[in-house]
Amino acid sequence: METKSIMIVGVGGQGSLLASKLLGRLLMDEGYDVKVSEVHGMSQRGGSVVTYVRFGDKVYSPIITEGEADIIISFEKLEAARYAKFLKKDGLIVVNTQQIDPMPVIIGAATYPEEVLTELTDKGLNIEAMDALSLAVQAGSPKAVNIVLMGRAAKQFDIPYERWIKAIENTVAERFVEMNKKAFDLGYNY
Amino acid sequence: MKKLLIGNQAVACGLHDGGLGVVSSYPGTPSTEITEFLSTYDDIHSEWAPNEKVACEVAFGASLAGARSACAMKHVGLNVAADPLFTLSYTGVNGGMVICVADDPAMHSSQNEQDSRHYAIASKVPMLEPADSQEAYTFAKSAFELSEKYDTPVLLRMCTRIAHSQSIVELTEKQDAVLKNYEKNPAKYIMMPGNAIKRHPFVEERTAKLTELAEDCMYNTVEYNSDEIGIITSGCSYLYVKEVMGDKASILKIGMPNPLPVQLIKDFASKVKKLYVIEELDPIIENHVKSLGIDVIGKEKFSILGEFSQQTIAKAFDMDDKCGVTADSAIPMRPPMMCAGCPHRGMFYTLSKNKITVHGDIGCYTLGAVAPLNALDSTLCMGASISGLHGYNCARGEETEKKSVAVIGDSTFMHSGMTGLVNVAYNATNSTVIILDNSITGMTGHQQNPTTGYNIKGDPAAKVDLEALCKALGINRVRVVDPYDLKACETAVKEELAVEEPSVIISRRPCVLLKSVKLQPSLNVDADKCKSCKRCMGLGCPAISMKDGKAKIDNTLCVGCGVCKQLCAFDAIV
Repeated sequence: METKSIMIVGVGGQGSLLASKLLGRLLMDEGYDVKVSEVHGMSQRGGSVVTYVRFGDKVYSPIITEGEADIIISFEKLEAARYAKFLKKDGLIVVNTQQIDPMPVIIGAATYPEEVLTELTDKGLNIEAMDALSLAVQAGSPKAVNIVLMGRAAKQFDIPYERWIKAIENTVAERFVEMNKKAFDLGYNY
Repeated sequence: MKKLLIGNQAVACGLHDGGLGVVSSYPGTPSTEITEFLSTYDDIHSEWAPNEKVACEVAFGASLAGARSACAMKHVGLNVAADPLFTLSYTGVNGGMVICVADDPAMHSSQNEQDSRHYAIASKVPMLEPADSQEAYTFAKSAFELSEKYDTPVLLRMCTRIAHSQSIVELTEKQDAVLKNYEKNPAKYIMMPGNAIKRHPFVEERTAKLTELAEDCMYNTVEYNSDEIGIITSGCSYLYVKEVMGDKASILKIGMPNPLPVQLIKDFASKVKKLYVIEELDPIIENHVKSLGIDVIGKEKFSILGEFSQQTIAKAFDMDDKCGVTADSAIPMRPPMMCAGCPHRGMFYTLSKNKITVHGDIGCYTLGAVAPLNALDSTLCMGASISGLHGYNCARGEETEKKSVAVIGDSTFMHSGMTGLVNVAYNATNSTVIILDNSITGMTGHQQNPTTGYNIKGDPAAKVDLEALCKALGINRVRVVDPYDLKACETAVKEELAVEEPSVIISRRPCVLLKSVKLQPSLNVDADKCKSCKRCMGLGCPAISMKDGKAKIDNTLCVGCGVCKQLCAFDAIV
């Protein structure tokens, strides 16, 4: 099969590393060649964070470039817009509608483009927006936004539901398994 | 057994399975995880050293004792460890020794974009460069045998994309760690002129032998696919080339960038019509190929700056057909910033408010440079804040002594700040040094250091008493202040700048991200009392923003540090 490219983007501290860990391991267990690329360090301090996940028969490059992503999973609205140009024609953006102001907006040096998702939809991008934060809170923790979004994106993969649940059980600490399963279901059945 | 590992973990597994006995390192992105993963093994000695020079010398001592040893550092760390490296090339090793160095093209988390391969050439030490986690494992594991066979330390070069990318690794059998005999050998290990002069010819002969090895070894591989296009490449550039060119080009993949082969390159070049060298950063392979009299296309097509990607390769060969959709709205940048509740913020606010010239250093607190605090004037390298301040004051005297400070973290002070402070005392400027003691090495992700009281495994360890240390280094005025207390910060800074002798202010409060730190409930803004003066906005706290003309605190981010509350003249923050 041709290599598939998934981007997970968000703000440092939102839990993108857990999402990519879960996805990477699941894809390996499904028998694919997998590469997952993350950047540590500065980006953890509230900066823009991007993780690349690629899978297929044989994956060479660990990174994704403009017009290559099959799916972009975004934990935040502005970050979805920032990385939209990476989306392939006919690709899909799954985005949490949460708005986190970056410092230039906080100090009034820039404006947050509130309607940017509508703008991108009008340009023909396929965008599924959802309030994943509320669903995460409903599942038991605002930190479960990552798993809610994974649940929403899961149907795009040729992997049965049970395997996702198994992957959650294998990835998260035991005391958080039930909460994360609930978060996954809320995204999956959205 | 198959595992999905980041490159750094693969290096750790490779070193461990290659029979490693001792590892000593100083953290530095993107190299830190090598040693963090190694510290999880109980059958080796692992440690955080105060700096890379110490780490490299510890690895030397362990090698001398007969153990297989390693140290790991980021590219600029090798500048610090360069002194032992160059003479280690002469002494060679007893037990195999590997120096892991991680470059950071595109400077994801670094102050420059230097290319470590220059060090391999300059110190005449072989260097290996893996292109994925499997190679990181295999190369690291094999490096000990290479080291012992050729009597040399071995450099293992990583880069951010390899270090922090996960790919699948097939682990092989672990070799038992063996402690070789130590025999006294002054001619080999005491590098005074009479001995060293006899070791230099050995180094040159070794390079000749390693060049022979480079002609035919598992590190350098050839794929003949085309007689039209030939590409010599290495590391992650190889991955981008394969992604785009597949089987449309012949490829010579260099896994040992020093020393480079001669005949292998000549043969490869003779079999293709057009030859390219595709390598990130400096034209090391390219210059070598040109020195062989071979015509090659390199840096004129593939930049000396930053990172490559598959798109770089596709564009160069006119194969780029992908494009994306961009929003018309301006997308504001999202730079990294100090966390809500960061203990550095109170001190930086004080310095910024009083228009103090601030000589900065390397760590989370470099983020004090960004708006709205704009608190820093310079950042050069580890430790340069204190020595830089001293030089600045030497040049301008009293005019600046009363208006300038150095800021340096606890870990960075241990790394290379102490010598600068000795110089301040010894050569007598009235310099004021602020040690931002957050009780952890923060930016690299919370590593212990000699001031924290814990070692790499989290076990209790000897704890440096910073107050006593500064006094012992010759500073009589040492005081401690809580950076959450703005009044105390201002008093301390003003008083210490005013006195006619050098002084140290220890701004002490643990990093708010430490699990041991108890967070306070979030504060809130009473919108009726808020007069929209925006004074609290001057802190640059990510939890505070203006909404509908009033200050608003994000309850999911605020940790109740209370610094903003001290600024509000209307008691609107409760």
